[in-house]
Parts: sequence; C-alpha cells; structure tokens
Amino acid sequence: MDHIVIIGNGISGITAARHIRKQSDRRITVISSESDHFFSRTALMYVYMGHMKWDHLKPYEDWFWEKNRIELKNAFVSQVQPEINQLTFSSGEIMAYDKLIIATGSNYNKFGWKGQDLKGVQGMVTKQDIELLEENTKNCKQAVIVGGGLIGSELAEMLSTRNIPVTLLVRESSFWNGVLPPGESEIINNHIREHHIELRLNSNLKEIVSDENGRVKSVIVEETGEEIMCDLVGLTAGVSPNINFLKDSGIELGKGVKVNRSLQTNYDNIYAIGDCAEQHEGIGERKTVEAVWYTGRMMGEVVAQTICGNPMEYNPGHWFNSAKFFDIEYQTYGWVFPEPRQGEAHFHWQHKAGRKCITINYKEGSRKFVGINTFGIRMRQETFDKWLTEERTVDYVIDHLKQANFDPEFYKHHEKEIFKSFKENLQQHQL
Amino acid sequence: MSKIEHNMSMTGDAPASISTTQKIASALGLLGLFILLLALTNVNFPNKTLFLSLSLGLIAGGTIVFANDAYRGKPVGIKNDGVWFKSLTNRGLSAWFLGIGLTLFYIVLYWFPEYLGLNSEGENTGVISLFDPLSKLISGNPASQWFVYGTLYTLAILIFGYKFILKYRNNNYEILRTFSVMFFQLGFAFLIPEILIRLNQPYFNPANLWPLNYDLFAGYKLDEFFSSGSVGLMMFAFGILSIFVISPILTYKYGKRWYCSWVCGCGGLAETAGDPYRHLSDKSQFAWKVERWVIHSVLVFVVVMTIAVVYSFLGDDSKVTWLTQDVFLWGSAGILTLLFALIMIFKRQELAKDAKYGAIGYFVIIMAIIGINYFSGNSEIFFFQAYQLRSWYGFLIGAAFSGVIGVGFYPIFGNRVWCRFGCPMAAVLGMQQRLFSKFRITTNGGQCISCGNCSTYCEMGIDVRAYAQKGESIVRSSCVGCGICAAVCPRGVLKLENDSLDGRINSNEVLLGNDVNLMDLLNQK
Repeated sequence: MDHIVIIGNGISGITAARHIRKQSDRRITVISSESDHFFSRTALMYVYMGHMKWDHLKPYEDWFWEKNRIELKNAFVSQVQPEINQLTFSSGEIMAYDKLIIATGSNYNKFGWKGQDLKGVQGMVTKQDIELLEENTKNCKQAVIVGGGLIGSELAEMLSTRNIPVTLLVRESSFWNGVLPPGESEIINNHIREHHIELRLNSNLKEIVSDENGRVKSVIVEETGEEIMCDLVGLTAGVSPNINFLKDSGIELGKGVKVNRSLQTNYDNIYAIGDCAEQHEGIGERKTVEAVWYTGRMMGEVVAQTICGNPMEYNPGHWFNSAKFFDIEYQTYGWVFPEPRQGEAHFHWQHKAGRKCITINYKEGSRKFVGINTFGIRMRQETFDKWLTEERTVDYVIDHLKQANFDPEFYKHHEKEIFKSFKENLQQHQL
Repeated sequence: MSKIEHNMSMTGDAPASISTTQKIASALGLLGLFILLLALTNVNFPNKTLFLSLSLGLIAGGTIVFANDAYRGKPVGIKNDGVWFKSLTNRGLSAWFLGIGLTLFYIVLYWFPEYLGLNSEGENTGVISLFDPLSKLISGNPASQWFVYGTLYTLAILIFGYKFILKYRNNNYEILRTFSVMFFQLGFAFLIPEILIRLNQPYFNPANLWPLNYDLFAGYKLDEFFSSGSVGLMMFAFGILSIFVISPILTYKYGKRWYCSWVCGCGGLAETAGDPYRHLSDKSQFAWKVERWVIHSVLVFVVVMTIAVVYSFLGDDSKVTWLTQDVFLWGSAGILTLLFALIMIFKRQELAKDAKYGAIGYFVIIMAIIGINYFSGNSEIFFFQAYQLRSWYGFLIGAAFSGVIGVGFYPIFGNRVWCRFGCPMAAVLGMQQRLFSKFRITTNGGQCISCGNCSTYCEMGIDVRAYAQKGESIVRSSCVGCGICAAVCPRGVLKLENDSLDGRINSNEVLLGNDVNLMDLLNQK
C-alpha cells in the first residue's frame, strides 16, 4: 500500500490529507514540528487577544484524525532524500515514503538588518511565534513593527489590546499601497491611527540596537536617523517559502519549491503545495508564489486528485481574497491594481464616514468588469464569481450591485448612492 | 480555578482590567444590590418607595455608566478582547461566586420564598416587602416572590440590553433584536400580566407560548380562562392559536429566531445579561448528541403531561360537551400520528439515523400509553395522577432545569443551557426550523479561513465553522438566529437569510475558487 507522507499540517497539507482519505484507502502520515494538530494559523492573533483559546483554533476535534486514519507525527524533517524516497528527522529517525507532499508554508522575512536576531525581535507566523510574543510582551513598554501589510496591522491590533504603544514603520508612502488603490489605502491609514497606532509612512528600518544583554533597546529609522526606544520589534515585512531543509535535497528550488501545473516537483512522486510552492510561471495575473489561505486549500484539493489517480492541473478560478484591518473588513473579487493598468479605469466610491468604500476596475473600451475591492461592505462571492465568468460590464455590475450584497440583515444599503456617484462620474468623463 | 492551557502558555498581561470609572460604576451597582441584601435581612427601611427606587436606580445607573465607559467613544467593532483572560468570563473564581450566588437565589426563590419575606397570611417582610409599593402601583396587590423576580428580571434585560446595544452598535440586526426582547419583556411579560390582575382578569403573558409555558393548559388555568368571560376565552384561543397557527407561520418565514432571540423572555435574558458568557457553551460533537436526546425527551415529557392534565380536566359525559376525555385522547393521538406520518413520509431523508430511531421510539411509547390507558379504563392516565406529573415537571424542568441550571450556571456552562438542552418550545421550533423553514445561515463561497470565532461565540454550541469551511449552509434546529457568528466573522462569511426552500440544505463539500471542472467532479461524489 502506498504510503503518502505530507510535511506540514497547515491548511494545504491537511486539505490534501482529507481529500486523499475521502478517495482512497492509502496510508497517510502528516508531519509537523509546530503543533500536534491542525489549527487555523490566521486565528493565532485571537488567542493572543483573548478572543479564543488554543483549542478553539482546531477545526477538527482531536478524535478526528484517528477515526480517519490520518497518522500524525510531531517531528522536524531535517533532510529529504528523493533518490531513496526517505526522510530524516532531526532526531535521526528515518521514514520511507512512496509519495511526498511538501506543504511547509512560510517564514517571515529578515532582510539582513543589523540586530535582526536580537532578543525581543520576532515575526508572527507560527504557534511558537505567538508563545514567544507572550514572553516578549510581559513587560513591554513600547513596540515597533516593521512592515505594513496584513500581518503588520494584525500585530499592531494584538499589541494594542494589551495597551502597548505601537509605532508602525511602513516603507511605502501609504499603507499597503502596493496592493490597494490610494483611496482605500488612505482609509486604512486613518483607521490605524484611530486605534492610536503611530503610523510612520516612508520609513525604513536601518538597524536594531542592542542593550548590554543582547536584547533590543531601540531601532534606528533609515530616513531620519531617529532612534525609537522599544522593547519589542515585530518583523512583518512579508513572508517567503519555508524550504531551508530542502537546500541540498536535489529538489529544484527557486524562491520556493518549483512545481509544474500539476504541483509536481522535478521528482515524479514529490509534490509541493501552499505557500512553499512556486509555479514556473504565474497563472493568469497570479504571482508564482501564492501565500494565501485559499490558494493553499485549493492546491490541497488538486494534489489529492492527482495522487488518487485522477491527474489534474492546478487551475484556480477567479481570484478572491479577504482580510480585516482592525475593525474594517476587506474583500476582493477579480483584479484591482493600485493604479489602473493601460486601458483600464477605476471607479471609486467612499462613504462619508470614511469606513466604507468600493473600487471597481474595468476595461475602458469594452467596459468589461475586471474586479472589485470592498471595505466595510460584505459581498457575495458566488455572485461576483458568476459575473466574472459571464464577463459582465461595469454598468451591469453597478446596476445589480444589490444582488451581491452580503451584509447582515437591516444594514444600511449604499447601492443607490453608489449608483448616483457612478453616473456623475460617467458624465464628468464624457464632458 | 480557571482551566489551565496545556497547549499554549498565556502568561502575558491580560488586556487591561477595568478602568476607574468602571470600578466606580460597579461599586454603585453593588450598592444597589446591597440595599436589597439589607432588606433581605429584615432591615425595615423607613420609606420603602425611596429605598426601592434607590436600589433599582443604583443598579441601573451603575450598569449604564459601566457600559458607557466600556464602549462609547471607542471605535465600533468586535469587543471580545480579553474575554478568555478575565476571571468572570473564563470560569474563574468570580464566575463560580456569581454562579453559586445565582443558584442559591433560585433555590430560595422556588422552594423557600418565605426566606425572601413572603407572607401569604399577613404583611410581607424582607426584600419582598420592599417591592410592595411598586407592586401595588401596578397590580394593586402586595408583592410576591414572583413579582420581585419579574422586576429584577426585566430590569436585567433592560440595562444589559442597553449594554449589548452599545457593544454591537454597528450592527442593526443586533440593535433591533435587542429592542424587541426589551419591549416584549417589559410590555408582554411584565406589565400586561400585572395590569390584567389589576383588572381582575386571569394572569396572562401572550409572549409565553405553550409548551414553554407548561401551565397554560393546566386545570386551574383552564378554570380561570373559562370563568372570565370573553377575555378569558380570547386568551385561551390566543394560546391555542399562537402555538398551532401563528408560530408555525412565523417559523416557516423566519426560523425559530422570531421567538428565541426576538420575543422570548428566557432568550431575552440570555442575550443581554447572559451575553458575556456565550462563548462558554460546549462545542463538542458529544454535547450535540446529548442535547438532541435531552431536549426531545423534555418535549415528550411536556406533551404527555399536558395531555394528562387536560384529560383529567375534561369530563366523560358526551351530553355535556362533545369534547370528552375519549375524544380528546384520540384526537391527540390522531394529531401526533399525523405529524409523525408527515415527517416520516416527506422528510425522512433529512433525518439522521438516531433522529429516526428517537422519533419512532417516542411515538411508539406515547401511543402505547394512550392505548393501554384506553383499553384498561385506567383513570390514572399515564400511570400517575395528572397533577403529580405536572408537579414533577414543574419541579424538574420548570424550576430546577430552566431556573437553577439554566440561569444560575450562566458563568459556568454558558447562557443558553436551558434553551439548548431543556426548552420544549425550542424543540418544537427547532424541529420545524430544520425541516420546514426558509431560514438558514448562508456561507460565502470559499471565504472561510476556519478561524473559529463563529463556533467560539455560538451560544448554542453549534460548530458553525464545520459548515462554513465546507461552504455549506447552516441549517440546525438549535440555531436561535442571534446573528453573533455573522458579526464576529472577520471575513464576512456568514449571513442569516430567509430564502427559498430549494437547495437550503446542501451538503456538497465544495468551495468556490477552484477549477470549475474539479468542483463539478467533487460535486458528483
């Protein structure tokens, strides 16, 4: 009987394991050195904030794994030997596999800053990171976070629940404006400041200064040379594939584990999925490495098909994603870029209270709807998925926007206002 | 006493404890309670009206000041910071104190009201006498232990309702729902019955439906209705209509939430005063199994009990009325058989195996009892005197379960223990909600990140995430439609909706976002 070994018990690895079990009777082993059981990484922040306990993060009760004959092993894989189909653990123990799925996720980036390995300097990706954060924030008077993305804003939110003053250093001229159009980015700037976070734009980290005990004492800002005293430095300048242990394995690596469209590496029986996988070429508008919960899950679904004798390519549908910046929810369907690309235009509407907005990206000539970002308004994925497939025009989308609304009942609707704003916008363009 | 976290050290500073203003507010509220306590020890206040007003005013004022300080002037959003760090909301020492205090209060209230100062012979004393002025103002009678309880209960729903509204002031569904329970508690449950008494009419709370109101068809109640002319008859008719006509229509259109989280007094208290404990419900699959057996057993108990009391109320002389004992008994059997047959014929695919066994088992038992009674000419229907059945039900379910465990244990088991495990009304509504209603919680395609906020904050212990992460609609009989899962979801995945019956229950484990061919393939399996 085939032994399928999965390294990593995150959403990608576990989705693969569950779908393989659904379709076959093969022996499945899932290895992780992070936690005994699958948990939702995206929810780690809620444990620190006291919204949930560790056990609430586990989507399946502990009996689930034995019942479904998914073997769990808490160990760290230090070496993979594809030629002899064998793994070596850090303990020296070995394990043979017939098929291997690498789903080891990401690590947070360190860009070679001076002092980046000091005590009190950390990222926020793993369970161990959260445990370390508990340690590091015991007597924390001031924190500095380096990097303005989703994790940076989450870490700022977490620390603010413990009344720790936070300075957020953001390289860009506005929060996450490499992804968000200006109006949206501005809303988040304001919202972060509303939560008493000191947001410093156009600010790079120069170095982290140590005290006499090898602990962080302060950071120096590149642009101004200013020294900010602090007891904690959060490194949240993005993540990259966690593939160090594969360096000399012979498995082809780039930024991540190189895979073809079937998620297969240069070895037939080795696959890579989730954050750690890198496509040779981006699919559609997608990046070659997609570090998103949803894509990890989708790759898990696909690889399970292939392994169970139904070869299939990773062929994701319309792009979607979501996030929450403090109290403001963000959803996106299709593609919206910070600046409209050649031949495209944006329609942007903002609610006067400054906590809700939408941006629609469309093609200028054909008026084809390309994508939408929404802040503070929930939208129905099914509806946008359908409209994208049907290649609807921006006019159709604006006309039917109400159908896509997914806000709770009795919420204030803004479709009329959006419609009006869109028409005015249109007239201005025609004048 | 709080549970130790084995898997993750939680040693850091919990989110700041309460502010100075909140401490002062708590002190004010406790002072109000202290006046009640003094009254309990028979301190004879010179001016009862003044001291009662002072006491209730302090309790209300303290809570309002506390809530204002906690939520006003802060950005709107989800306010669950530190819930699992605080002793009161994480089964710590203060939670146990509060739980035991509430439990003792219920025990005294139900079984030893004389300790509260009840005196049916002469003047009340103690804390009950403190409420005499208010009771006389409303109903014209001296207070009883139930008046004291009703007043405090209503006050709790109003002031904690205010707090809840502030907490969720960005959410119109929560605001409207809370105004609704406040209105029904104050008007229907508290004022209308007392005013009816003043007008010499039977005590009647139109919002308290049978079988939650298990006494509605008790002999003494029927006597009251039938001896009070047209008003009594109207009440009786409304009682019948509300459970057999009004409720089924509303539940079909909106799900059981129309009652459980918009109207019901038990639900009202759970959603307001009980809100800080909603996350303590047990989410395990085991708890769900227990829930299904216990709640439906209570339902069977109340049906049997009600049939028995009505049976013994009726005569067996067909010349006096067409509705004799036999007609009633066989009529009840007929209705139950019809209901059972309809469900088994049209909805059996939607029932799990244990639900079918349970339904068949209970059906056979009830029918056997009715049959044995009829053919043996046993006057003691169901082997016991009807009044005995009723008093046992009242003791076990009405008092011990709904009061002592249901509310007393809020800080330990969560705020909906009674509604989830015990309430026969919830069982009736739940059965209909599961099988014949337009209500569901829709999942938003593939947007779920399995974070678990929805499951954690589900007061009914539903593992909402288990559905959301599969892209499946949530159609559960226990769901009271409080809407908190949708509120706490960080990714906008859940929406309470009334929509068509078609495709309401989809158990396809298919999430939007992936290859269309793959989704079709998975769908076929």
